Amino acid sequence: MFKYFPHTKEDINHMLKELNISSIDELFGQISKEVLLKGEYDIKNEMSELEVRNYFRQLSDENQEMVVFSGLGLYDHYQPAIIDAITSRQEFLTSYTPYQPEISQGTLQYIFEYQSMIQALTGLDVSNASMYDGSTATAEACFMACNITRRKKVLISKTLNPNTINVIKTYLKFRGYDFEFISSKNGVFDVDDLKEKMNKEIAGVVVQNPNFFGLIEDYSGVSEMIHEYKSLFIQNRDPSTLGVLKSPSEDGADIACGDCQSLGAPLAFGGPTLGYLATIKKHVRKLPGRICGYTTDSDGKRAFVLTLQAREQHIRRSKANSNICSNQSLMALYVTVYTSIMGKAGLEEVNNLSYQNAHYLYEKLLKTKKFFDPFKQPFLKEFTLETTISHDLISEALFNNNIFGGFSLESISSEYENLINFCVTEKRTKAEIDKLIEVLEGLS
Amino acid sequence: MSYDKLIFELSVPNRRGYSLPKENYPTYHINDLKNHLRKSELVLPEVSELDCVRHYTNVSKKNFGVENGFYPLGSCTMKYNPKINEEIAKSLSFTKLHPYQPVRTIQGALRAYYELQVALSEISGLAEFSLNPYAGAHGELVGLMVMKEYHLSRKDFKRTKVIIPDSAHGTNPASTTVCGMEVIEIKSNELGMVDIDSLKAALSDEIAGMMLTNPNTLGIFENDICEITKLVHDAGGLMYYDGANLNALLGKVRPGDMGFDIMHINLHKTFSTPHGGGGPGDGPVGVKDFLVDFLPNPRIKKLDDYYYTANINTALGQISSFYGNYLVELRAYSYILNLGKENLMNVGKLATLNANYIRNALKDDYYLPIEGYCMHEVVFDGLKDNPNDIKTLDVAKRLLDYGMHAPTIYFPLLFHQSIMIEPTETESLQTIDEFIRVMKKIAEEAKTDPELLKKAPINTPITRTDEVFAARAMIFSYRDYLEYNKE
Amino acid sequence: MSKILEGFLYQESHEWVKKVSDDEVLIGITDYAAEQLGSVVFVDIPEVGDSIEAGAEFGAVESVKAASDIYAPVTGEVIEMNEDLVGEPELVNEDAFEAWFIKVKLENPEELEKLLSPEEYKKSIE
Repeated sequence: MFKYFPHTKEDINHMLKELNISSIDELFGQISKEVLLKGEYDIKNEMSELEVRNYFRQLSDENQEMVVFSGLGLYDHYQPAIIDAITSRQEFLTSYTPYQPEISQGTLQYIFEYQSMIQALTGLDVSNASMYDGSTATAEACFMACNITRRKKVLISKTLNPNTINVIKTYLKFRGYDFEFISSKNGVFDVDDLKEKMNKEIAGVVVQNPNFFGLIEDYSGVSEMIHEYKSLFIQNRDPSTLGVLKSPSEDGADIACGDCQSLGAPLAFGGPTLGYLATIKKHVRKLPGRICGYTTDSDGKRAFVLTLQAREQHIRRSKANSNICSNQSLMALYVTVYTSIMGKAGLEEVNNLSYQNAHYLYEKLLKTKKFFDPFKQPFLKEFTLETTISHDLISEALFNNNIFGGFSLESISSEYENLINFCVTEKRTKAEIDKLIEVLEGLS
Repeated sequence: MSYDKLIFELSVPNRRGYSLPKENYPTYHINDLKNHLRKSELVLPEVSELDCVRHYTNVSKKNFGVENGFYPLGSCTMKYNPKINEEIAKSLSFTKLHPYQPVRTIQGALRAYYELQVALSEISGLAEFSLNPYAGAHGELVGLMVMKEYHLSRKDFKRTKVIIPDSAHGTNPASTTVCGMEVIEIKSNELGMVDIDSLKAALSDEIAGMMLTNPNTLGIFENDICEITKLVHDAGGLMYYDGANLNALLGKVRPGDMGFDIMHINLHKTFSTPHGGGGPGDGPVGVKDFLVDFLPNPRIKKLDDYYYTANINTALGQISSFYGNYLVELRAYSYILNLGKENLMNVGKLATLNANYIRNALKDDYYLPIEGYCMHEVVFDGLKDNPNDIKTLDVAKRLLDYGMHAPTIYFPLLFHQSIMIEPTETESLQTIDEFIRVMKKIAEEAKTDPELLKKAPINTPITRTDEVFAARAMIFSYRDYLEYNKE
Repeated sequence: MSKILEGFLYQESHEWVKKVSDDEVLIGITDYAAEQLGSVVFVDIPEVGDSIEAGAEFGAVESVKAASDIYAPVTGEVIEMNEDLVGEPELVNEDAFEAWFIKVKLENPEELEKLLSPEEYKKSIE
């Protein structure tokens, strides 16, 4: 027998005898022959653990770990060692959704802590227990706005990450909702265009800060403009930057969302990450997904439970706010441990180091006269430059030096001709940054 | 007394748990961002590394994982999560890859995705899978999008209704609404099976398709499956297979062979990836040949030995930032390779044997509402001889005292006192016998010591919780908690 | 056994209507409905000035494990809402016939004739 099947021949015989049958196949007797599998799967034979390990080692060797100088929604930040140690504990890793609170306080407690941290970072009132990723969280934020206002159209800033835009577009299209873009001006969203497009049909307005180009947008007066029409202000924010940048609450946002990968999760080829979604208390019943709340047990002891479940699909079925069931719970533990260990001071230092590194690179690249800043807007760790040097040439030269950076935005959308992206986190050393500069200086 | 602290309560001003490199470029400073900076207070914990590790170690002890003990949660397939899968997902280059890296630097990653996709297609009897959906419910939504897109592509605009049995998981109707379609609920018969007459009555030229779980949510195989799929196909609809219960069929039946056109798989159920306290899972969606072009972008393709990514015009759109929960996909692929075909062929059989053994052993103590063999899970409808009116909830809570996880309770909704037990194939005869012994003991306690059951559990970190208070007080963060205690 | 009071009109979806003047009524949910739901944790009711239409949903009641839509027994304009229920939804469990949800100005007082008498409602829940 196989190592994950504990049944010995004697066990099986004993069980069959108890059931008064002679073979396991009798249990499948009611299934018509028409649909029973004939023969075997066309799949490889069993591999030993050693062979599996070698096989994946070989696949892994077909990849190349690179020095990352790009962001675009995934950020190569430092991960403290304790994150892996804690998130690998089987009590967290292998448990189910905490529907039995008596033996799930571990999960429930860290979710409560996670919600508390997202609450603190966004300045809003309530966070749910996590969404799949930043893009789906933003799409669900749009649904929330439509649901709350009973309107069917959202405005989306053109400066959102195109992945987020694409996911929102898919979600809206199928649900039967509409959208319009707010155009960009000098790399940031155009307030005048927003003003022009605002009306009583608009359920919500979605912006991203720092935006797709890495630029910091200014929302003075924007929430008033949106609230005048009783629409909702939705901000997609990189939560790592919320330790230093103006919070969604300070901007007057009603909903904040985004991807928490930047708070302790690896790049991992894009997943798993997790999305966060937070709102003001007034809208809590329109918030999709699981929510953990404080209560007491029958002895008066502090306890946590999943609550407000009557919003969810397993009770409301076709009338639920959202179909979400599984979330990204374990990834919320990454965020919780990371944010605990970093604290406010650590987040500030991470942002400052990233800021310094990015600005050093930025100035050095401008000095080469081969790269230009088409926008001239403030930025934090990520920025976008224009160049006439061919992207293939850049990519090839960097590849030869094992650097991934200067990513061509044109490969994402043709409207971003000649634009390339850089991102520098606290992880990048002086030697790595200087190497990047040296390689790019040598190009023409 | 179990550990009872929040990380915020360990916080001491100016204590640090991190170390970062020294700054290299002090001429720049983030304060240069001036009026873009945050002015409001930010309260986060300030703890040492040991404080933090010890805290979460103690917190973890209040959880029950698959490695703690038997976890017979129906419909959830809580099988063993092999260690080699964890090693592979965490120790190799995959964790460090950015998905926008040059294609030649991510060949191994793309290949693993592609090969898993091929394996799932073979196991399901379908043409191709997208692994991009993040979870079962997400897979349902994406599968319904495929369904809708298919009809739209044929300019068959009337088809906006989806037939769903009343015994289905709540995600089915919820996904249908989110996909902008209408639910037509049909009644199940007393065995929880599709009532063919109700189905016939629901069919029309407005039907986009039907969603079905098989074995159904009562753990029973739909005998009429061929007739059902034929009826729906003849009416112009597509068949959607909810893969929640796929584990029962591994090695026995392929959804594609039953006539299903679209399905999702929960990798965190059938393919052994850990549930993570509620996620991340992964919900790949597979389709028959004629629907492949509608699968979501980005797609991963193969040309000779070269793997590449592509966005396809006919696709329904993009539904995730990148390639789904990639590291979860790696774990599932590791599981499939480890088992190989000869062992995959046995999964459904052994899971079904275990469930029927329990069914048979407990049928004198717990009420069996359905005759005949079950598949991978068995549903009881409360205690059989129950003079003290002990509820299913009490039985479930008492199980926790015996160091076992509770089964799924109060689902399926068809019965009032449902107890749904899914042992999975990774549990031994000894474990199952012990579970049976405990369940019988609880049935005995229900007669002799009902008060004990009504206040169970008593050996757990906390006792029963006040859920009404939680819902009314709405304390969702440490800030709320402090405010509540001030009052 | 749940209470069914005289002097109230009912509909099968478990709402009650009490006439307070010729063209004004109070609307709530029945004791039976409150019992079925269990401890009510939230009520969602329309604002003053909103209009409701007979047969259509106008709000919802939530308990810990269930949620139930409330259907308008009559057509009209909401002229008052019971603010107390927002802060203390448990009032619904304490006395469902005291815990009115909204006061409505009737558009069509004849609609009341279609509603169930206490006896008829009693039969419908047996």
